[in-house]
Amino acid sequence: MKNKVNHHLFVRENKTVSFSDETLEKVRSLIRRYPEGRQKSAILPILHIAQEELGGYLSVDTMDYVASLLNLNPMEVYEVATFYSMFYLETMGKYVLEVCHTGPCAICGGEEVLHHIKDYLHIETGETTPDGMFTLKEVECLGACGNGPSMQINTEFYEHLTSRQVEKVIEDLRQNSEEGSSKGWAEQFS
Amino acid sequence: MGRAILLDKVNIPGIRAFEVYREHGGYKPVDKGLLEMTPAQVQQEVIKSGLRGRGGAGFPTGLKWSFLDRKSGKPRYLVCNADESEPGTFKDRYLMEKLPHLLIEGLILSSYALGVKTCYIYIRGEFKYLVGVLENAIREAKQHSYLGEKILGTDFSLEIYVHPGAGAYICGEETALLESLEGKRGNPRIKPPFPAYKGLYDCPTVVNNVETLAAIAPIVSMGGDAYAKIGSGKSTGTKLISACGNINKPGVYEIEMGLPVEDFIYSEEYCGGISNGRMLKAVIPGGSSVPILPADLILNTAKGQPRLLTYESLSEGEFESGSMLGSGGFIVFDEDACIVRNTWNLTRFYRHESCGQCSPCREGTGWMEKVLYRIEHGKGRMSDINLLVRIAKNIEGNTICPLGDAAAWPVASAIRHFRGEFEFHVEHPEVIKSIKHVAIKME
Ligand SMILES: Cc1cc2nc3c(=O)[nH]c(=O)nc-3n(C[C@H](O)[C@H](O)[C@H](O)COP(=O)(O)O)c2cc1C
Ligand code: SF4
Ligand code: FES
Repeated sequence: MKNKVNHHLFVRENKTVSFSDETLEKVRSLIRRYPEGRQKSAILPILHIAQEELGGYLSVDTMDYVASLLNLNPMEVYEVATFYSMFYLETMGKYVLEVCHTGPCAICGGEEVLHHIKDYLHIETGETTPDGMFTLKEVECLGACGNGPSMQINTEFYEHLTSRQVEKVIEDLRQNSEEGSSKGWAEQFS
Repeated sequence: MGRAILLDKVNIPGIRAFEVYREHGGYKPVDKGLLEMTPAQVQQEVIKSGLRGRGGAGFPTGLKWSFLDRKSGKPRYLVCNADESEPGTFKDRYLMEKLPHLLIEGLILSSYALGVKTCYIYIRGEFKYLVGVLENAIREAKQHSYLGEKILGTDFSLEIYVHPGAGAYICGEETALLESLEGKRGNPRIKPPFPAYKGLYDCPTVVNNVETLAAIAPIVSMGGDAYAKIGSGKSTGTKLISACGNINKPGVYEIEMGLPVEDFIYSEEYCGGISNGRMLKAVIPGGSSVPILPADLILNTAKGQPRLLTYESLSEGEFESGSMLGSGGFIVFDEDACIVRNTWNLTRFYRHESCGQCSPCREGTGWMEKVLYRIEHGKGRMSDINLLVRIAKNIEGNTICPLGDAAAWPVASAIRHFRGEFEFHVEHPEVIKSIKHVAIKME
């Protein structure tokens, strides 16, 4: 059985969510980067951190929490979260394979790679494997066209892909499912 | 040619670190600018250099700076556009990854010239790892008194912050970027007012591309006149070209403007020719938004002159037979590439990235994608081809921001130069359906 993406725009879990003290400290310092009264500016970096640290997607609970941190109306956060393609509004697999399907990658073998992933994982774009490990997404140009075909997995770049390499990447992630990517969002900021 | 002004230090081991960068002459231009020159003098050198914006439009940088409202009494902002999302463009990523301090130098000098105290680098969210690279460079510069309060003991203070986007091509458009930086959806603003008067937080703002800002330190270092002597005519200096597609050596190359396109494609120093010994079919020379040109017109203008990598030469012939330098995203197609399929693919991109504010763009990109899909999949009608031309015409010039034009031009130019290929798709649906565009190739 495949888990088809659900098309409710928002998922409410009725859970209490909150950042660790350390992350909260980072969040506060991010807010201070913008002028007094312009704390709304911090919304994108904070949503990135929230998605990464609070469940891999933005539930209504998480968005409401972010709204409270920024002193915003929750609607202002929903509005933003729905505009940007890096934010997920439903549960995703542990690893989200975001494969570039734009022109320059497509003419360098990207279409083959995409088809191979579908065959190999037995899922279509937008679906998650039954074990919850992998979600397949097609995305637009990742700014890595010279190294195409390219994809990102949880914001990590994978380039010069071939069908065989993709299998290896998937198997490596399966084997070593704790293998995290490099630094998280909060750690990127000094 | 092969003149390196931006990338001259790129191969030095460890050049990302402040110490190494400075050992190799880094931050000397900042010393010179801040300690020996007035802000007006720095701006004067930029004006003299003839530098034109590297983000796509090619607008003279010094002129843009001179528009900045300095009388309002409000804080002024400099925003570095590092959103780089135009298909085929990956030069800013390369520059920031390899030489983060070159950008920081440019930001310091530009902020000094503009009287800016806070500067934001808006970087596309997919470049998450570069956020850390840039933040680290900023921290190093701060440790060495190049950022923060009273830089180098002068009265000039500056903070630079990195701000990630979250996946939206439209946020590369400068007013959408400002909306996004204010924490909103990336909907472009109606201009005027221009950012020079009402930009970030309604304050006077300059938005410049990464590569533009990276050129400022070399310009201050060598002087605007010396920079203006490099290149050709009104295309002064060097340009980063990110080359991709069916070539032997994809990558980012710094060229002196004026290099013939033919040399760029075929010489070993650059693209190294078409991959697998195939023939050149077409090139999109300036990122996916600019018109595609068939092999004969990319190598030579309609008047028979060699086509050069300059703003002027690439646009020679206008829309009839020319294109644009744009962002320098150079996409090469070999003889096997299907122009119809590629046009459909790029139209899908614009449909996906349209912010949806204007109906010609929102609806038009959707219609074009549907019609192109139909033709590409062997279900097209002959009248579809002119229908596409008509839709493209109706988008062009009728929208709030240039994304509408950017979506229309690729379609209009593909049909102008490759009409036969569209007609073939319509006339031979059986052939089209039987060609397996997607062949699984295992190495
Ligand atoms: C749809 C659209 C996308 C754009 N994307 C970018 C981009 O990713 N990076 C960039 O520097 N400029 C981009 N631009 C151009 C900017 O609006 C702006 O002109 C540029 O950042 C100015 O910098 P410059 O004068 O240094 O070139 C885009 C424009 C449009 C209409
Ligand atoms: S042209 Fe397209 S992207 Fe630009 S404002 Fe209008 S709808 Fe949005
Ligand atoms: S087209 Fe795939 S990364 Fe640019």
